[in-house]
Amino acid sequence: MKRAAFDQKWFPVLLLLPQLSIICLFFYWPAWQALRSSFYLEDPFGFGSTFVGFENYLRLFRSGEYMQTAWFTLVFSLSVTFLSLAIALLLAVKADGVLRGAKTYRTLLMWVYAVAPPVAGFLALILFNQRWGPLTEFFRAFGWDFRIRLDYFDTAFAMIAVSVWKQIPVNFIFFLSGLQSIPKAVREAALIDNRSAVSRFWTVTFPLLAPTGFFLLIINITYSLFDTFGTIDTILRNNPGDQPITLTYQVYLDGFRGQDIGGSSAQSVVLMVVVLALTIVQFRMVERRIHYT
Amino acid sequence: MADMTHDTLAAAGPARPARRRLRLSTIGDHAILIAGALLMVAPLLMLVQMSTVPDAEIMRTGPSLAIGDRLWPNVRAALTESMSFSGRNTGLAMFRNSMILGLGFAVGKIVVAMMAAYAIVYFRLRFATLAFWAIFTTLLLPLEVRIVPSYEITQRLGLLNTWTGLIVPLIASATATFFFRQFFMSVPEELVEAARIDGAGPVKFFVDILVPLSRTMIAAMFIIMFVYGWNQYLWPTMIVTEDDRITLVQGIKQITQGLEGGQIPEYGRSNILAILAVLPPVLVVLFFQRWFVKGLTETDK
Amino acid sequence: MASVTLDAVRKVYPGGTEAVTPTTLTIRDGEFLVLVGPSGCGKSTLLRMIAGLEDITEGELRIGDRIVNDVDPADRDIAMVFQNYALYPHMTVRRNIGYGLRNRGASAGEIARKVDEAAAMLNLRDYLDRKPSQLSGGQRQRIAMGRAIVRDPALFLFDEPLSNLDAKLRGQMRIEIRALQRRLGTTSIYVTHDQVEAMTMADRIVVLNGGRVEQVGTPAEIYHAPASTFVASFMGAPPMNLLTGRFESGAIRLDHGPALRAAPGGRSGPITIGIRPEDVRLGEGDHVFDVDLVEELGAHRLLHGRLGDQHFTAHVLKDMPVREGRQPIALPDAALALFDAQSGQRL
Repeated sequence: MKRAAFDQKWFPVLLLLPQLSIICLFFYWPAWQALRSSFYLEDPFGFGSTFVGFENYLRLFRSGEYMQTAWFTLVFSLSVTFLSLAIALLLAVKADGVLRGAKTYRTLLMWVYAVAPPVAGFLALILFNQRWGPLTEFFRAFGWDFRIRLDYFDTAFAMIAVSVWKQIPVNFIFFLSGLQSIPKAVREAALIDNRSAVSRFWTVTFPLLAPTGFFLLIINITYSLFDTFGTIDTILRNNPGDQPITLTYQVYLDGFRGQDIGGSSAQSVVLMVVVLALTIVQFRMVERRIHYT
Repeated sequence: MADMTHDTLAAAGPARPARRRLRLSTIGDHAILIAGALLMVAPLLMLVQMSTVPDAEIMRTGPSLAIGDRLWPNVRAALTESMSFSGRNTGLAMFRNSMILGLGFAVGKIVVAMMAAYAIVYFRLRFATLAFWAIFTTLLLPLEVRIVPSYEITQRLGLLNTWTGLIVPLIASATATFFFRQFFMSVPEELVEAARIDGAGPVKFFVDILVPLSRTMIAAMFIIMFVYGWNQYLWPTMIVTEDDRITLVQGIKQITQGLEGGQIPEYGRSNILAILAVLPPVLVVLFFQRWFVKGLTETDK
Repeated sequence: MASVTLDAVRKVYPGGTEAVTPTTLTIRDGEFLVLVGPSGCGKSTLLRMIAGLEDITEGELRIGDRIVNDVDPADRDIAMVFQNYALYPHMTVRRNIGYGLRNRGASAGEIARKVDEAAAMLNLRDYLDRKPSQLSGGQRQRIAMGRAIVRDPALFLFDEPLSNLDAKLRGQMRIEIRALQRRLGTTSIYVTHDQVEAMTMADRIVVLNGGRVEQVGTPAEIYHAPASTFVASFMGAPPMNLLTGRFESGAIRLDHGPALRAAPGGRSGPITIGIRPEDVRLGEGDHVFDVDLVEELGAHRLLHGRLGDQHFTAHVLKDMPVREGRQPIALPDAALALFDAQSGQRL
């Protein structure tokens, strides 16, 4: 708040009203609903619901299907995060280093930010087309008979590949801006102190980028958990069968298609806990980052 | 003198290979960057190429380097022909719907956020802290984790298949509010004091001074929000079931389902629709690159 | 034109810190009053209370005959120049200066005329259609002045307006502001931490310390008759020498030094003795000044060293021969200021 704030009583309330009513209606109410129904079993024909305590949660953790989804989500998130961070870091360091064409590279490397996740899924279907997909043909040359949407592993591979592709630009933009915010004097000092470019990178640049990296880690996990829904749904053509899906997709399937409100709500709450944990870690990192600078 | 010459020579000796090594590494850098750029751009070029050749040829060979003459017929078909029997989800109609979603979301979010941030930063409010926390807790949980109850509430309010039901629930996260709060806090204190002495009340200060000062920030926010809104998929998929409200991004699913059909899949037309779905946000990002990068790297921090 | 009266005005922040103790003060019509003191002394708070940007906890504030405690800043008929100028960065110079008039519903013609007048007075005519960011620090300072004078207010308030300028420009603007105020005759209150600004610009100075008024007086009174050791050491560069001493058997004596003069009355105990560096006479007298450093300043020199075992500075004009090492000096009786050793108040 500002020192010389205005004194009006009702005007600020009026200003806050739209925001507050929207979040009450579409944030707190649904979040509360999710929490509440996770403890109830809803009659599938709509005849009321019964309190079942932690039954919905227990059912989840006993379900082999759910646990498999959880495992896949973990593997998927970590692969997407690690690969897209690594590739983006490499490209950012190079784009920061070159003198000529830096701007062009930057533009070419970041436009994919604006591509919708379902379009990434659409691309996967073409690139990995069973009959003539360019990447299918490429893998066939190595004796890998790539069968997207038929083979569990191949589908997962395609999902990870295009999700990484879609996520590289965000990481690239952040890494590049992180690199550019390293003071010139620090780089020059490093240049004088250390002959080897590789060693300079690991001992000076990388530690200075670490805060950006931590921050991106969380962003990437969140992306893998939620924003990839469109990619996955498009690859699966709305019909998962026994193919890999993520936890968010499972919430959608059980709650929206399966009408298992209790189970889906319990899953929502599990996701909420995961996200909250991630956010707490992120805040810790941000706090720590203050000490870095 | 002799010593000096000797020193110069000695210094020049190792310097020469160093320079050559530098040049080699520069070439390496460019090679990596070009490979990266190709990786990002090639898929889009592939979509374009496929839409220039007849669908039957794609059925045989898939993407190739051949450029055909089917581009314009495909564009026309994509824009004016419907994907389904209802005849109401032509490319143009979906484009319009995407625009409404993208613009409506961006404008709505910015207006709501600026008002709330203004109230929080510039007024003495008794419950300011409470409002602050109530608003910023929403940053913690994305829409996806409360998607099913959100759907139920929207349904109960009778907002299925309406623009309100599509757009307003998406606004229920405080990213933009948080960002504007940060920005307002960084505006020098004396500006509001000078304005008060100059006789400007809260409305006048907001309109005459704060909004013009926030221009760049509004632009950056607008770009990010437009792209975010345009690219929404899960929420529209749940809320919108009628063909005449379907957006391009949602339409992708119908496109892929169409490709599964019995006859020759219409890759040309489908690809044009996919390109149409990415073109506006991509153009916005490229055109306003500086603002976009600034907005992105500053908001998320 | 107006006088300003503060009647036991006090400021306590919500946390409980008392920023300004009850202060009573009258600023005469047309006077240029400077509030000076170190940072945190309450001078800005006092000014901001007068401006209406800060609530008054207790007491009464009058501008002219009107009690303005609860009057909005816009309605107090004041104008203010801020430390960082607080120019509206997106408006041209013309709109910046005219903004206050526009908000008061002045006609377009009147605004144009007044802005033009002010711009002419401040040599800003050629810059009226530029944005503040395209102008230099001195020019921005003038725009801020223009914004203040264009409204023809009853009272000007200045909050350290020159502290963002370099030394040369500061000297120049000091003179400009003072000349402008003389010409317009508008009552002005000026806050600064720079004692040179206070001395050169003020009709009267208010020295503040820790939320309390230490002394009110003309620059000469403040300089020559400081009311406390705080004022003595804050005003003047270099500051007044403050030496510890004692009343002893009817005389005042420096610690480890000879007697200075007869003491009034039958006092005894410790005392603080002040003397301005330029009042010292070199080459005579019975005190020994051990000089370790001569600072050359062109028109004069400063001699730093010890008197007895206390730090001491003397100021001598340029023709005077000086040297380092021990030398006799005289501390004339008439130049001595005596302060209570505990309270620091003048005796």
